Amino acid sequence: MTTIDFMGKRRIAFIVSIVLAAIAIGSLAIQHLNLGLDFTGGTQVEVHYDTAPNLDEVRDALGAAGYDNYSVQTFGSDREILVRLQQTYSESVGSDVVSALAIQGESPNLIRAEYVGAQVGDQLRDQSGLGMLLALAVVAIYVAFRFQYKFALGALISLGHDVLILLGIFSLFKIEFDLTVLAAVLAVIGYSLNDTIIVYDRIRENIRRSRTNDLPAIFNDAINQTLARTLSTSGTTLLVLFALFFLGGDMIHNFALALIIGVVLGTFSSVYVAAALLLVIKLQREDLIPAKKENVEDGMP
Amino acid sequence: MLNRYPLWKYLLILLVLVVGVIYALPNLYPEDSAIQISGDRGTRIEQSALDRAAQALEAADIAIKRTELEENGSGLIRLQDANDQLHARDVIASTLGQDYVVALNLAEATPSWLASIGAAPMKLGLDLRGGVHFLLEVDMDAAVKQRLESNASAMRQTLRDERIRYRNNEVKDHSIRFAFASEEDLNQARSLLQTQYNVFTFTTEDEGRGAVLVMTITDQAIQELQDYAVNQNLTTIRNRVNELGVSEPLVQRQGPSRIIVELPGIQDTAAAKRIVGATANLEFRLEAAPDTPESEIETLPFRNDPDRKAALLKDIIITGDRVSSASRSFDQNGRPQVNINLDGAGGSQMNSATRSNIGRNMAVIFIEHKSRTRTVMEDGKQVEERVPYTERGIISLATIQSALGSQFRITGLDSPTESQELALLLRSGSLAAPIYFAQERTIGPSLGQQNIDRGIMSVIVGLVMLVIFMLVRYKAFGLIANAALTVNLVLLIAAMSLLGATLTLPGIAGIVLTLGMAVDGNVLIFERIREELRAKKTVQQAIHTGYERALTSIIDANVTTLLVAIILFSIGTGPVKGFAVTLSLGIVTSVFTSVMVSRAITNLSVGGKTLKKLWI
Repeated sequence: MTTIDFMGKRRIAFIVSIVLAAIAIGSLAIQHLNLGLDFTGGTQVEVHYDTAPNLDEVRDALGAAGYDNYSVQTFGSDREILVRLQQTYSESVGSDVVSALAIQGESPNLIRAEYVGAQVGDQLRDQSGLGMLLALAVVAIYVAFRFQYKFALGALISLGHDVLILLGIFSLFKIEFDLTVLAAVLAVIGYSLNDTIIVYDRIRENIRRSRTNDLPAIFNDAINQTLARTLSTSGTTLLVLFALFFLGGDMIHNFALALIIGVVLGTFSSVYVAAALLLVIKLQREDLIPAKKENVEDGMP
Repeated sequence: MLNRYPLWKYLLILLVLVVGVIYALPNLYPEDSAIQISGDRGTRIEQSALDRAAQALEAADIAIKRTELEENGSGLIRLQDANDQLHARDVIASTLGQDYVVALNLAEATPSWLASIGAAPMKLGLDLRGGVHFLLEVDMDAAVKQRLESNASAMRQTLRDERIRYRNNEVKDHSIRFAFASEEDLNQARSLLQTQYNVFTFTTEDEGRGAVLVMTITDQAIQELQDYAVNQNLTTIRNRVNELGVSEPLVQRQGPSRIIVELPGIQDTAAAKRIVGATANLEFRLEAAPDTPESEIETLPFRNDPDRKAALLKDIIITGDRVSSASRSFDQNGRPQVNINLDGAGGSQMNSATRSNIGRNMAVIFIEHKSRTRTVMEDGKQVEERVPYTERGIISLATIQSALGSQFRITGLDSPTESQELALLLRSGSLAAPIYFAQERTIGPSLGQQNIDRGIMSVIVGLVMLVIFMLVRYKAFGLIANAALTVNLVLLIAAMSLLGATLTLPGIAGIVLTLGMAVDGNVLIFERIREELRAKKTVQQAIHTGYERALTSIIDANVTTLLVAIILFSIGTGPVKGFAVTLSLGIVTSVFTSVMVSRAITNLSVGGKTLKKLWI
């Protein structure tokens, strides 16, 4: 087993966390998130070719003309093409797209160009936000019930830390935030929570078994004991994610990126936010052991 | 003895595995392009109609695989060639006429023995497989007219309350006209209405026998009304699509007055079409009393028997918009009925209207805005013209026995399907303006084949790397973990197929991610066993304690995540909901496989044997 002094370096980690969180808040406040087509809506252009075009060539032609964030689909027959762009609608957008799409010497006919609204309604946005808050509250109650309220506080702050910094990175580097990234953020919450609980579980077990009040030492032991597991699990997860990131193509790229950042953050925060916070908010041995029963034989609840 | 399972546990695991494999099987069969036909009012369609459609297709030289009548009362015609689909729909629609809903569909090709036990494949999402695209046009003229009608009704009430007598009232173009016997009445009415209705411009016209007050709605108000109508319809249609249980649909606004609805792959498209476009609503009105003046009476036919008519008051007690919840059930005689709960305002309106009219009859009127297309010649060209019309029919006329509150039920519907759909429509809110289908097309996948291939490739590479990692790190036990992982994948696919989940590319990535995280259970156990071995426990003791000790961690960690997933599922909509389903199923299957299945394999292979060393 390794014997790394994790808790000894907690001050440095706090500084790192606080700086990252501050940058995240600043970036989210100033330049917001770079929301994708799903959230903003854009323009939809329908064109007709006389001979069925190769869709990949159509996509390449759009890319070469400087558009990004588009989708190309066949529409009814393989000669009718539907293009969705994130660009705001203007009078000329239809003819611009048509001239960009002249491939193999054939220029398509414009059938219709119109703006399209967001795919995600306000209702969905509000409900999801509400759901997230409710979910966090229920998790806090469960953790408080199974562990202790200080653990609940630590788990909540750790989750908030991960989500905030993840969103901050997406905002800072102007990476497109679409529905798949939203799904990834939800997955990160699940992952980070999982990781935190595993560490907490070991801390609880060790506190109940030990006789000392040296909490930093107990924490170090717990983290070292779970380190092999933490590295294996985040390792396997990251392995899958890197495959998705490098090989998965455009659609999965940002999804995988969000999760890679999230897994790293989640692993870091379960040690340095979730566990270290327990020291800050002064967890006592007595919080987990009923005062009368000094000697608990079994670590199991 | 340590590390032995009783026989029933092995059998239970085997049973779960067999069931999992069976329900995952349908995913191996590709689907057919098809046309789905259903009755206009959700009624069953007869074999004869299906035969007529099939004959029409044969006459049009379109090859059919086979036709079938489905459980839910709709008919399905499978086509040989996907390219014929659009043409085939037009042929069938013109053969069968207005009483049928004809929709494009992708039909699953699950063998009948699998289908008979409820097995069905997962549906592929709009990004991977495409689906059906409906373009709906919001009928703006009707929206304006509806608003004017309801304003006129409120104005009549105001005038009556203030005892100002009017002779006649009509809605014409963009204005409401009231005729008065005298100039005095007109001025009184004008000053009264002007304060309440600021979206109208007021003018007066002189008519031979009296004065006419003309209130014309302003252009700006029309603009706002149209915007409101489209947005309101968008919300209502989203609710309806969600109520239908279509997963991963797309509903968005296009241009000033249109709404796009896209539904992925295999779905009950005919039902979707009926529900999405339905403008059914209810009105509750009193039957006219013998002394009611002619100008306040409207005579309407019964819905099931057009020859029977009843004279009703023009004034509406409430409409279906005041319904807060609705569900369908059956009365003592097994006839379908809809149970209705009104919101607060609706309840008190209903109560005050019925309290003072006990013994009179009240009618429930079913209103539907429909349109039929007909081909007309214009400038020597054939042009399709759409003629909107409104159907109003009384579905029940019953004596008010006692004052009604906010809860009551209505009967008189044609079929259980109709009562179910009416309940759904009342729940999801009515459309602010009638809509009609302007276009219906199949739409190709929004992702390029190249993108899909790369996505699938990356998923496979990720999985293979996961398997190798576990083998290298845990050797023999890695093999056990990988076996558990395979079972996990099968169970997850089976569960998602059973629930009718829709698979999108990010969804697939999510499944793989779930698997990546699912090995966590086994990692926790194996690390714990290693620890116990280092603490010089015997092999069997170490395995036993390892599984035991890791269990609390696994349960705590997964229960918390499951809580998050369940709440996201119950509150979220659309993609959030879909994600929550995958996540919660993944948690359940991975706890089962990493605890039960891997334990069973461990027990079976090393349990109870005297081993010196464990290959872990």
